[in-house]
Amino acid sequence: MSRRSIDQILEGKPYKKLLSSEKLQQSEIDLVNTDPKKTQYYGRIVLDNCGRINPEEIEEYIGTGGYQALGMALKEKKPEDIIKIVKDSGLKGRGGAGFPTGLKWSFAAQEKESPKYVICNADEGEPGTFKDRLIMEGDPHKILEGMAICAYAIGANIGYIYIRGEYQLSIQRLEKAIKEAEKLGLLGKNIFDTDFDFEVKIKIGAGSYVCGEETALLNSMEGFRGEPRLKPPFPAKSGFLSKPTNLNNVETLANIPPIILNGAEWFRKFGTEDSPGTKVYSILGHINRPGLIEVPMGITLREIIYDYAGGMSSGEFKMAQIGGTAGGILPIELLDVPLDYLSLQIEGHNLGSGAILIMNETVPVVDFLECCMKFFVHESCGRCSICRIGTKQMYESFKYLREKEANYDELKKIEELAEALKLVAFCPLGQSVASPVLSALKYFRAELSKEIDSNEDYETITREMSDIVFDYS
Amino acid sequence: MINITMNNMKIESEEGTTILDAAKKARIKIPTLCYLKNVQEPGSCRMCVVEIEGVRTLQPSCITHVSEGMKIYTNTKEVRDARKIILELLLSDHPWECNTCDRNQDCELQKLAEEYGIKEVRFKSINEELPLDESTPGIVRDPSKCILCRRCVTVCQEIQEVGTLSPRARGFDTIIAPGQADLLSEAVCVQCGQCAAVCPVGAIIEKDDIDKVWEAIDNPDKFVIVQTAPAIRAALGECFDLEPGTLVKGRMTTALRMLGFDGVFDTNFAADLTILEEGTELLTRLKKAIVDEDKSVALPMFTSCSPGWINYMEHFYPELIPNVSTCKSPQQMFGAVAKTYFAEKVGKKKEDIVVVSIMPCTAKKFECNREEMTDSGVKDVDYVLTTRELGKFIKQAGIDFVNIPDEEMDAPLGISTGAADIFANTGGVMEAALRTAYEIVTGRELPFDKLHVVPIQGLDGVKEASLKIEGTKEEWEFLEGVTVNVAVAHGLGNAKKIIEEIKFGKKHYHFIEIMTCPGGCIGGGGQPRMTTDEIRKARIQAIYKEDEGREYRKSHDNPALKVLYEEFLGKPLGERSHHLLHTKYFNKKDENV
Ligand SMILES: Cc1cc2nc3c(=O)[nH]c(=O)nc-3n(C[C@H](O)[C@H](O)[C@H](O)COP(=O)(O)O)c2cc1C
Ligand code: SF4
Ligand code: SF4
Ligand code: SF4
Ligand code: SF4
Repeated sequence: MSRRSIDQILEGKPYKKLLSSEKLQQSEIDLVNTDPKKTQYYGRIVLDNCGRINPEEIEEYIGTGGYQALGMALKEKKPEDIIKIVKDSGLKGRGGAGFPTGLKWSFAAQEKESPKYVICNADEGEPGTFKDRLIMEGDPHKILEGMAICAYAIGANIGYIYIRGEYQLSIQRLEKAIKEAEKLGLLGKNIFDTDFDFEVKIKIGAGSYVCGEETALLNSMEGFRGEPRLKPPFPAKSGFLSKPTNLNNVETLANIPPIILNGAEWFRKFGTEDSPGTKVYSILGHINRPGLIEVPMGITLREIIYDYAGGMSSGEFKMAQIGGTAGGILPIELLDVPLDYLSLQIEGHNLGSGAILIMNETVPVVDFLECCMKFFVHESCGRCSICRIGTKQMYESFKYLREKEANYDELKKIEELAEALKLVAFCPLGQSVASPVLSALKYFRAELSKEIDSNEDYETITREMSDIVFDYS
Repeated sequence: MINITMNNMKIESEEGTTILDAAKKARIKIPTLCYLKNVQEPGSCRMCVVEIEGVRTLQPSCITHVSEGMKIYTNTKEVRDARKIILELLLSDHPWECNTCDRNQDCELQKLAEEYGIKEVRFKSINEELPLDESTPGIVRDPSKCILCRRCVTVCQEIQEVGTLSPRARGFDTIIAPGQADLLSEAVCVQCGQCAAVCPVGAIIEKDDIDKVWEAIDNPDKFVIVQTAPAIRAALGECFDLEPGTLVKGRMTTALRMLGFDGVFDTNFAADLTILEEGTELLTRLKKAIVDEDKSVALPMFTSCSPGWINYMEHFYPELIPNVSTCKSPQQMFGAVAKTYFAEKVGKKKEDIVVVSIMPCTAKKFECNREEMTDSGVKDVDYVLTTRELGKFIKQAGIDFVNIPDEEMDAPLGISTGAADIFANTGGVMEAALRTAYEIVTGRELPFDKLHVVPIQGLDGVKEASLKIEGTKEEWEFLEGVTVNVAVAHGLGNAKKIIEEIKFGKKHYHFIEIMTCPGGCIGGGGQPRMTTDEIRKARIQAIYKEDEGREYRKSHDNPALKVLYEEFLGKPLGERSHHLLHTKYFNKKDENV
C-alpha cells in the first residue's frame, strides 16, 4: 500500500475517485461521517454500508472510512486502550449469549500462550436468523477490520471465519475481500507499516446447528465430531488447538470499527444504559414487511411490528418467538417490553440471535412447539441422554397432545422434562429446549389444556400450519 | 484442606478433589454412568449432578471441583427429579429384556433404576430394534441396548488407539458403530474386548460359548479337558463377590472338576514352555546378530503371547512381522501339545479330545479360530470361555464356589512354575524370560531380590530396564559385558508409543513385551467388571504372592517340561517344536478400511 493511501485512510479523507456507486458520489452524503447525530440519522452502525457500497470493491469500503479504525488502532492506540474502549462501549456479544465483548477480549489478552486465534462465528444456524449473512454479503470488509482490531487487542496474528456451507455468496465475497485487503496490505504482514501481522482464513461448516456453539465449533474446526466441549477451560484459555482463542459473532465484530472510530461514548448514545448500540433483527412471520432491520436496543416488540414491519399481514397478533427456535415465546402482554438484554432477562427471556417470528391466531401453540421440537430432535448432538432422548420424547408428547390423545399427566411430564433440561443438559442447546416450552406453559397453558379437554370451539381453529412455521424435516 | 458443606454436613476436603470424590469420602454415594476413573470423565450422562448453592444449573459432580465454602446438596428434590427423569428417558429408549440379558443382575442401568425406585416409565417406548452384531468370534454388539455413555469409544480410541468404535449420526439417531461399517467384522477390531469390559449395560459383551462347552461335556464320546490362564486365579473370585485379589486356584480346580471336565490343567504349563522356546529364540537371534553379524536378524524381538497385539500388529505394523517372536501363545501351545503328546499318553484320538480354555480375554476366542492354529491336525483349542463366562458356568451348575475345598490340578499339563504365574500381569513375561535366559547364559540365578525385575513392574504404561551380562558361560561368551535393554508396554496405545519411538530411532531395545490390555491379562477384556486400577493392583499383588509361594519359580525348572522335551519335543526350537509351537503372521494392512 502506498504511503499516500495510508495517510489518506488515516486522515479519513474519502477516496472519492475510487467510488463507483452513484449514490456515494453525491456530495451531500458525508462519507466519513463521525457526527453521531448524522449517523443516528442513518440509524445504522452495522448495516450502514449494506446496499450502499459495492461489497466487492475494497475501495468503496475504504471510501466510507473503512480500515480507518484499524489504522487508528495500530498507529495510535495500545491493545489495552482498544480493550478499554470496547469495554466502555458496553457492547455485548450478538451471537446469542450477550456476554460483554470487552471483558471477553481481556481474558484472551491476559493469556501468555501463543499463538492466539481470533474466530469469527459465522455459522448462523438459528432458524429464521439471516442477519450475519447480510452483513457478510453486504459489507465483508467491516468484519475483517473488526477481526484485525480484535487480533491486535488480544495479541493474535491468525484469524478464522467459520462459516456455514450454505452461505456461498458470503464465502465468495469474504474470499475476495481477504484477497483485496491482502493486496493493499490491510491484511498480511506489517499492516499500516507497523509490526502487526494478521491473516484471515475461511473454514466452511458442514451444516450442524450445534456447531455454532463455540466449543462445538472448535471441535469441528479441528476435524472432530461437532459436539460441545466441557467448560472450563473456556476458549480464551484453551480454544482452537488448545491455544487461547477469542470467538465473536459476525455482528459483534462488525460493531468494532465504528466503536473504535467514534469512541465508546458515541456508541452509548444508541440503545439503553444496560445494552448500548443497535441490534440487527431478522423479522418474519405474519407481518407486512419481513426482512432485516437494525434498530436501537430497547425498542419494543410493538414498535417492531407496527412501525418497522408494517403491521400484521393477517389476523391478530398472538405470539412472537424471540431468538430463534431456542427462544422463548412472548404473548400479547409482553408487546411493550423493551427488547434489550436486561429487560428480557427480567421477564425470563433472552434476546438470542435476533430472529423475531411473529405469529397470528391461526397458529396453535401445540403445533408450533411440535415443530420446534422436531428441529431439536434433529440437531441435538447426541452427547447427553437428557437432550438426545429428552428432545425426542418432548416431540412425541406434543404430537400426542396435538392428536388429542394426551391427558393432564402429559403436560406435567412435559414441564418436568423441560425443567430438567434447563437444569442439567450438557450445553446451552439442550438447556434452551426448555425456553419455548416453559414460556408456552407460562403464557398459553389454558390453550394447551384445551388440547386435552378437546374443547369443541377449539377444534374449529384452523389446523393448517401457516407458511411461517418451518418444516425442519 | 478446604472446608465445604455437603447436605448440611461440614466436611474437610483436599483442594482439587471433585465433588464426587469428596462425597465418596463423606460416605455419600452419587450415581454415575459415563464416568469411569482414569478412562473418561466427560461429564455428559448428567446422572451425577448436584446442587451447589448460588449456581443456577445443577452441576456434574464428577468434574466439578470443590472450593472453599462451597455448599453442596446431593439429594434435593431437583436433583432427584433430574436423575429420575434421566433414568426414565434411558429406559424409554431401551429394550426391556433384563431376564434374558447377559448383564441381568450385573447391569449398571438396572441397578440405578432399582436404587432410584423407578416403578414406571412415563415416557413411551421409542427404542428401535437394531440388528445384533455377532460377526466376530469374540465380541457381540447389541446396539439397541446401548445407552451411549461412550466408555467403549474412549477405551477403543484413546487407550487402545485402535479407533474402531465411534459415534455416528447425531441427535436421537446417534449410535455407536464400527466407523462407517455396520458390522465389527467389516472394520478393524483387534478383539481385545476392552470395550466389553467397560460397558455398563449389555450392549457389548463377549460371545457366549458356555452352551457349546456344556454340549461337549454332555457328549460321552468326548474327552474334555480344560486349561486355565494364569490371570483367572486372581480374578474369578470377584464373580462370587470375593475381595479383588483373592487367589482361588484351588477352588477353581475343584469347581472345574465338579463341572465334569476330564482333565483340569494349566495354561501355566504352556507358559513355561513358551519361555523355553521364546528365550531360546531371543538368544539365537542375539547370537546371529552379534557373532554371525547377520544383518537379516530382526531386533528388537517382540513377545507374541497376546493375541490382540498380534491382530494389531498385523493390521497396523505388519513391517514388524519379522521382529515378533514366532512362538504361539501359551493357549495355542497348550492345545497343540494336548492334542498330540497328551492324546498319545492317554490313548485318545485327537479328534475325541476337546480343549476348553478359560481365558481373561476375548481375543483368545478369535485366536483359537485362526486357520493356522490347527498344527495338531485338528483345531488345537476348541472353545474359549472368559473369566466372566466361567463364573456364570459355575453358577449354572449350582456350585457354591465360595465354600468348596481346594484341589490340585492334574499332571502333567497342570504342573507349572511361578514364572508362568506372572504371565498374568504386565512385565511378567519379560521377568519370566529374564529369569530363564540369564541363567542359561551365566549359569547363575537372576541377581535380584526375590527374582523380581522391579523397574518393569507396576502400572506405568511404558517401562524399561537394562541388564548387564557378566560372567557368561563359555558358549555364551559373546554376550559378556553386553547390556541387554528391555521394554514393557501394556495397552495398545502404549505399544504404539514404543513402536513409534523405535521407528524414529529414539530408543534401542533387544526385547519388548507387549500386552494388549492395560495391566496385562489381569486387566483382560474378559475379566470380571469393572477393572479399575485399584483392582488391577490387587490382582497383580495376588499373582506375585502366588509366584513367591511356589516350589519352582523358573520355567526351566518345570519337571513336567523336562519330561516333555525328553519324551516328545527334543529341544527348544527343534523340529517338532517348530512345527507345533511356532507360527507365522500375515500382513493385513490391505484389510484396513
Ligand atoms: C446451539 C448453539 C448455537 C449457536 N449458534 C451460534 C451461531 O450460529 N452464531 C453465533 O455467532 N453464535 C452462536 N452461538 C453462540 C456461541 O456459542 C457464542 O456464544 C458466540 O459465538 C460468541 O460470540 P459473541 O460473544 O460475539 O456473541 C450458539 C450457541 C449455541 C448454544
Ligand atoms: S445438550 Fe444436546 S446438544 Fe448439548 S451436548 Fe447435550 S446432547 Fe449435545
Ligand atoms: S442392559 Fe441392563 S437394563 Fe438393559 S436389558 Fe440388559 S440387564 Fe436389563
Ligand atoms: S474389541 Fe478392542 S479393538 Fe475391538 S472395538 Fe472393542 S476396544 Fe476396540
Ligand atoms: S456400547 Fe456400552 S460402553 Fe459403548 S456407548 Fe454403548 S453403553 Fe456405553
